Amino acid sequence: MLEASALTKDFGETRAVADVSFDVHPGEVVGLLGANGAGKTTAIRMLLGLLAPTSGSAHLLGAPPSLRSRRELGYVPQGLGLYQELTVAENLAFAAQAYGGQPAELTGALADAADRQLNGVPLGMQRQLAFLCALQHSPKVLVLDEPTSGVDPLARARLWDTVREQADNGVAVLVTTHYMQEARQCDRLLLMSRGAVVGRGSEADIVGDTRVVLVETVAWQRAFAALDEAGLPVTLAGTAVRVVGVTPERVAQVLGEAGVDGRPLQATATIDERMVLLAMAPSTT
Amino acid sequence: MTVGVEDVTVRYGEVTALDCVSLVAESGQVSAIVGGDGAGKSTLLKTLVGRVTPDSGRVVAPGADRIGYQPARGGSWPDLTVAENMAFVAGMYGLSEAGAARRTDALLERAGLAQARDRLSSQLSGGMRTKLEFCLAMVHEPELLVLDEPSTGVDPVSRVELWRLLSETAASGTAVLMATTYMEEGERSSYVTVLEKGRILLEGPPAEVVAASPGVVFTTEKPTRPEFSWRHADGFREWWPVPPPDANHPVDVDLEDVTIVAVLRGEAEPAPQGGSQ
Repeated sequence: MLEASALTKDFGETRAVADVSFDVHPGEVVGLLGANGAGKTTAIRMLLGLLAPTSGSAHLLGAPPSLRSRRELGYVPQGLGLYQELTVAENLAFAAQAYGGQPAELTGALADAADRQLNGVPLGMQRQLAFLCALQHSPKVLVLDEPTSGVDPLARARLWDTVREQADNGVAVLVTTHYMQEARQCDRLLLMSRGAVVGRGSEADIVGDTRVVLVETVAWQRAFAALDEAGLPVTLAGTAVRVVGVTPERVAQVLGEAGVDGRPLQATATIDERMVLLAMAPSTT
Repeated sequence: MTVGVEDVTVRYGEVTALDCVSLVAESGQVSAIVGGDGAGKSTLLKTLVGRVTPDSGRVVAPGADRIGYQPARGGSWPDLTVAENMAFVAGMYGLSEAGAARRTDALLERAGLAQARDRLSSQLSGGMRTKLEFCLAMVHEPELLVLDEPSTGVDPVSRVELWRLLSETAASGTAVLMATTYMEEGERSSYVTVLEKGRILLEGPPAEVVAASPGVVFTTEKPTRPEFSWRHADGFREWWPVPPPDANHPVDVDLEDVTIVAVLRGEAEPAPQGGSQ
């Protein structure tokens, strides 16, 4: 449905996407993760046919993206891509015409708000409308950019219900996200860093054997200050001190020199911490 | 002084933005207010910092010159450079030129913005702008730091850096209060307040909030209790007050699950006025 093979893009001297290969099958929800500048957006623009690859190939429905295959695509950008000056019904009609179809029927609260100008409509409803705009022409491929950013947990679960219905009907879904709660809704994940895919699979696969050092102590403020002073990448989770990219021995040494009680333990890293480590690692290209 | 609000109600015309909400921001801690768009997070923060006057209830906060506040949008001046933004805000708080320069150098260094002093705020990435806004709010060494969605639109690497800055600030004794739409940030905080439609849905240290959630949650392919089930990955999660007879292992719930359970229970059996679970 959606397939990148050795996909590469250079902007001048900079390699924005480097030899990226992955595919999204019908009925599958794939999450694309990575920090800003990891190459996610550039890869997606090539898959959508908005940007030509330097080498490798991007296929949409088995061939390079064309005007025709792009009609089989639904896209919800992070900013929702709606027109604030148009009404709810006009937004829907405009999106339908762009795909050469008839607008879908508005139901529920959206129907009641049909003639309201969008900038007076609550964000949650705008989000539902953006989904309807992207889905009304029954696309075979759905691309969502942080689809539930700013949404409360129940509303998020309900939006994911909509996405899952699409997948159950054979739609291939690609989701880019920064957030764990969205990543956990996906069937599998891809992690990009510096243009390349550096991890694939489940959340556990992506984190792999990346560990953090955890210090739990009543003197957490002093422990934090000492480790921070030593220039270590340290954060707090509640009153637990977390340090990425160093050994427990190094942490013990810093705490010892500062005279702070606290035994460093190893714990499993989060995906965010894995990304921080990737960003900290010296560049190999 | 304990900083916070007590039984605060705020109405905008017909709309009740906050309905009898209480909150404490402890010094030395990062406290988080979590909720979706329209839950009342910004109103609550603005009430605490004195930008919104509540219709009823009590606000205990230091004077405006002892508070650092960053609104959700427009916290820096896009046409000024990083250094000019800092000088401007330092001037507003009446810092001496030497004091402002010293403070600016220290903050920009801590935030990793020392190399970006001469860049226009409008040209910063989302992550760098958030860090600049943090520095602006901290320039006068406030007792209370209040940030409205500092991490929205910020990538994971910058988010971890922001948490380092917030952690440092709290560890040095400041009360830090942040609003976020992300549950994972609520889970990182020392004390989380989950807002839903202007009311407090859940509150407490995150681990205690999760542990106190009643009943059990299972994964299922086919929900048998639609009013208590929700989508999770390629299946559903379903809440039961007590485990059903043929139960397998329940799920280890997180703050996201516990919040959904609280909302669904509220919808199914409205709690008596003033009652909790």
